[in-house]
Amino acid sequence: MSEFSVIGRRLPKVNSWTHLTGEARYADDLFLPRMLYGRLLRSTRPHARIRRIDVSRAAAHPGVVAVVTGADMPAKMGIMPSTQDETALAVDKVRYVGEPVAAVAALDEDTAYDALSLIEVVYEDLDPIFTIEEALEREDVKIHEEARRANVFKEVHLSFGDLDAGYAAADHVRDDWFFFEGNTHAPMESHSAVAQYGADDKLTLWTSTQVPHYLHRELEKVLGLPRSRIRVIATPNGGAFGGKSDPFGHEFAAALLALRTRRPVKITLDREEVFYAHRGRHPVKMRIRTGTKRDGEITAVHYQSWLDGGAYASYGIATTYYTGALLTVTYRIPAYKFDGVRVYTNKPPCGPKRGHGTTQPRYGFECQLDKIAEDLGLDPLEYRKRILQPANSRTVNDLRITSMGLGECLDALGRATRFSDRRGQLGRGKGIGIAGSAYISGAGLPIYWNEMPHSGAEIRIDRGGGVTVMCGTAEIGQGSDNVLASVAAETLGIMPSDVHVVSGDTSLAPVDLGSYSSRVTFMAGNAVKDAATKLRSRLLAVAAERLEVPADRLLSAYGRIYDRADPEKFLPFADAAVLAESKDGPLVAAGSYTPPKGIGGTFKGAGVGPTPAYSYQAAVAEVSVDLETGTVTVDKITTAHDCGRALNPANVEGQVEGAAYMGYGEIIGEEQVFRGGLHKKPSLLDYKIPTSLDTPALEVIVVESVDAEGPFGAKEAGEGPLNPVIPAIANAVYDAIRVRFDETPITAEKVLDALGKRDNRGFAKSRIGPDGLGDGKADPKRALRRLAASTDARERKRTS
Amino acid sequence: MRGSRAIALAADRGAGGVTKELLTLRVNGDRRTVAVEPHHTLLEVLREELGLTGTKHGCELGECGTCTVLVDGTPVLSCLTLPALVGDADVTTIEGLATGTALHPLQIAFAEEGAAQCGYCTPGMLLTAKALLDATPRPTRGEIAQAISGNLCRCTGYTAIYEAIEKAALQSKGSQSV
Repeated sequence: MSEFSVIGRRLPKVNSWTHLTGEARYADDLFLPRMLYGRLLRSTRPHARIRRIDVSRAAAHPGVVAVVTGADMPAKMGIMPSTQDETALAVDKVRYVGEPVAAVAALDEDTAYDALSLIEVVYEDLDPIFTIEEALEREDVKIHEEARRANVFKEVHLSFGDLDAGYAAADHVRDDWFFFEGNTHAPMESHSAVAQYGADDKLTLWTSTQVPHYLHRELEKVLGLPRSRIRVIATPNGGAFGGKSDPFGHEFAAALLALRTRRPVKITLDREEVFYAHRGRHPVKMRIRTGTKRDGEITAVHYQSWLDGGAYASYGIATTYYTGALLTVTYRIPAYKFDGVRVYTNKPPCGPKRGHGTTQPRYGFECQLDKIAEDLGLDPLEYRKRILQPANSRTVNDLRITSMGLGECLDALGRATRFSDRRGQLGRGKGIGIAGSAYISGAGLPIYWNEMPHSGAEIRIDRGGGVTVMCGTAEIGQGSDNVLASVAAETLGIMPSDVHVVSGDTSLAPVDLGSYSSRVTFMAGNAVKDAATKLRSRLLAVAAERLEVPADRLLSAYGRIYDRADPEKFLPFADAAVLAESKDGPLVAAGSYTPPKGIGGTFKGAGVGPTPAYSYQAAVAEVSVDLETGTVTVDKITTAHDCGRALNPANVEGQVEGAAYMGYGEIIGEEQVFRGGLHKKPSLLDYKIPTSLDTPALEVIVVESVDAEGPFGAKEAGEGPLNPVIPAIANAVYDAIRVRFDETPITAEKVLDALGKRDNRGFAKSRIGPDGLGDGKADPKRALRRLAASTDARERKRTS
Repeated sequence: MRGSRAIALAADRGAGGVTKELLTLRVNGDRRTVAVEPHHTLLEVLREELGLTGTKHGCELGECGTCTVLVDGTPVLSCLTLPALVGDADVTTIEGLATGTALHPLQIAFAEEGAAQCGYCTPGMLLTAKALLDATPRPTRGEIAQAISGNLCRCTGYTAIYEAIEKAALQSKGSQSV
C-alpha cells in the first residue's frame, strides 16, 4: 500500500468541474456593469516612423468614449528589467506589422472596431530587416538605435574546459549546421484583459496571464500608479504555453482606458492578433562541432546559435543563454564553448515557448548524436546510455545535477518499442528514431534581482475544517491549482476536493513568480508543503493531547488524525482545527521556497541554466514516409519522462502527451513565417495545428527518480517532454528514407525535394538544411514591394 | 429561415446605429426572448445577451470548433450561425449538458481521465462528443477521432479525450452490452 493518501493517485483535478460545466470564468467571460469594449489599431508597416497620428475623428465617433495612443504611455517596459525596449503602444516608430499603435474604448465592440478605421496614421517607411543575416550586417538600418553592432540585441560567449585539448584528443569530429524554424503557441483562448478603476483610486486587472506578479510591476511603471493601488488577477488561462508570460499592450491599454473613463474596459484579441502578439519559438540557426573518441565518448562541443528575435526583447536575453546552457546536463561533455547571438528583425517579437530556448539546440544536438552513432557504428540508444551525465554531479559549465533518470527513460523506451531491434529493419519508407533531453524545474534565479522567496503560499483552515490555499501561481491549464491542493491535502491529511485554491491574485495570495519555466510543481509545491507542515504540527500537537498519544505516533489522512498503532483511535480533522484555534488562535500559516545557493556557477551568464532539479526525458518516434507524395505520417510517439514523482499520474501523462503533440506539430508543419514582413498564415486554418486525425498515437512511460528536494520527490513535467520528440521524428525520417533533415519543419515539399521528385530534375539529396549563414544581401526594397503586392491582393479579395 | 420571430425594435439601437430585433430562442429547454443586432452570431447572442459564457470562442471564423453548440442535437459552429436561422430549434450549450444536478457521463469521464487541461476547448468537445454518442453509442477510436476532428485541442494531444469518450460510452445508459 502506498505511503500516501493523495500523492500518486489519479484523482480528478480540483478545477475540472468548472471546466466541464461552463462555470470557469476566463477573462473574456467577465461582463461588468457599464463595461466598455476596447480594440487596438495595429501597424500595417514592418518598419516605419510614425509621422503623425490623428485620433480626432475616432474620438468624435458616436459611441466612442476614449482613445489612447503610445504618447499616453511612453514609459519603456518589458519582461526583463535589463532589456526593456518596448512601449505599451508604439511611440514614434513601429517595428512589425501588427504592433499596437492606438486603442479605442466604445460602448460596444462593433463601434470600437469601426472607430479604428477613423484613426489616421501617417507612416514614413524605413528599410525593413527580415533575416538574421541582414540584421547582422546592416549598420545603416537600426531597428533599435541602442543596438551597438548593426541589429544585434545580445551576444554571449562562454567557454568551459579545454576545448583545443578536447578536439586534439578526438578521433572523430562532426561539424553540422541546423535551422529551426519559428512557430507559435496558438492557445485556444486568445488573450483578454478586463480593467476596472474605481472611485477609491484602485485599479483591478483581470487578465489571461502567466505572470501576474511581473505584470503588477510593469503596470506600476507604465501607468505611474503605485503598485499598492493595483490588483492583478490572473484568470484561468485557456492555454498559454509561454505565450502569455510577457506584459502586453492590450493589458496596459485596457488599464489606461479604464483609468481615463472610470468605467470597466475589456480588450480581447481576435485570433489574427494573437499571431502578432506571438512571443513564440525563435527561429535559430545553429552550428555544432562535436569531437568524440572512437567509442563515442564526447571530448569537446562548440555550439553556436543565431537567434531571430523579432522586433523586441521579450525574454530574449534568457532565450539566448538557454540555447547554450542546457546541452551539458544530459551527456558528459568535458569541454564546451557556446557562442550565441540574438538579432532584431521587423517581425513580431519572439519569446518563450514550451521548452524555452532549449528546444532548438536539443533538436540539433540529438540529430548530430544520431549521425555520430552512425559514423561510429553504434546503436543510438545504447550510445546515449553510455555517455550519460551521472546523477549527483556537476557539469562542465558548473550546473548542479541531482536526480537523473535519463538512463531509466532510455531503458524503458528500449523495452517498450524494441528500438534497437527495429532500427534500420523497417524497410524503405518506414523509420524509427530516438532522442533524449532535459529541462529545468524552475529557473534558479528570478527575472529581477531580489533576495525574496521565489514562491510564497499561505494556508488557512476554517472552523469547519475547510482549507484554503493561496498562492500567486497562474492556472494555465497545466494543473497548478491541483498541484497546490494535492500537496496541501497530502500534508494535512485531507482530500484535494476539500481544498479551496485562490491563485494568481496579487492582493490575496503571496507572490509566486509565475507559471513559467516549469517552476510551479517544484517551487510553489515546496512553498505549500512548508505552510501545510506548520499547520500540521499544530494540529498534531492538539490531537496528541486529546488522544493521549505521542505526536510522533500520529498520522493524518482522509480527514482523520489517528494513532498509527491503533487507527481506530482518531480525531476528526475539523475537531483538531477547532482545538488548535482555541489553543493558539487562527490557523493561518505562510510558507515559502527559495532555490538553494550554489546550484550554478558565478561567471557572467551563469544565472541562466541552474535549477533545483532537472527533469529528464527521451522519446521514440515511428514514422511512415509516402515516397510519392512526400507526406510524413508519424504513427506513434512513445515518451519516457522522469518527473521525480508523479503527484497525479493522470496529470503528468496529460502534460507529457500534450508536449509530444506540440512537438509533433512543430516539426511536421507549424511555422510562423512571413512574406515581406506580413505574416503568411495568421489564422488557425492556415497555421496548421494538428487535429485529432493528424495526431499520432501517444504513449507515456512515467519514470520516478524521486528527487530529494522536490515536493514528495516531484520535478517538472510540462515542458521537457516536448524537446526529444522533434529530433526523434527527424531521426526516424532518416531511418525511413536516409535523408537528414537538418532544418524544421519537415514538409512534404521538402521530402519530395530531397527525393528528387519535386521538379522532375531528379537530383536526390541526402540532406536538407543550411550550410552556413547567408550573405545578408537580400534586397529590402523587394521585400517591401512584395508586402505592398500581397496587401493589395488581400484588399482586392476582400472587396470583390 | 424557419419560424424566426424577428421583430424590429426601432427604439433600441446599438451604438453603431443598428436596429435591434426581438428574437425568441429555445436554449437548454428555456424559451428566451432577447433584442439582438441581426448581424450578431449565435455565439455572441449566447455569450453577451443570454449570459451563457460557457460557450467559448477561439477564432470566430469557423476554424477551431471551440464555439460548438448543439442545434436539435447536431453540432454547429455558433460563430458562423445567425440566430435568426435557428428558429424554434433546440439549442444545447455546455450549461445544458447536465440533467438538473446530475452530470452527463461525459463530464464525469472527462474529469476522471484528465481530458480537460485548460478547459477552453472542452465545452465544444463535450457537445461534439455527446452528439457522437447519441448517434453512435459505442464508437471506435477511429470514429471518435473523425467526430472531434473539427474541435482543436492545444493541450492534451487528444489521447485523454479519446479515453474519456470511450469510458462514457461504456457507462451511458444508451450503450448496448457487447
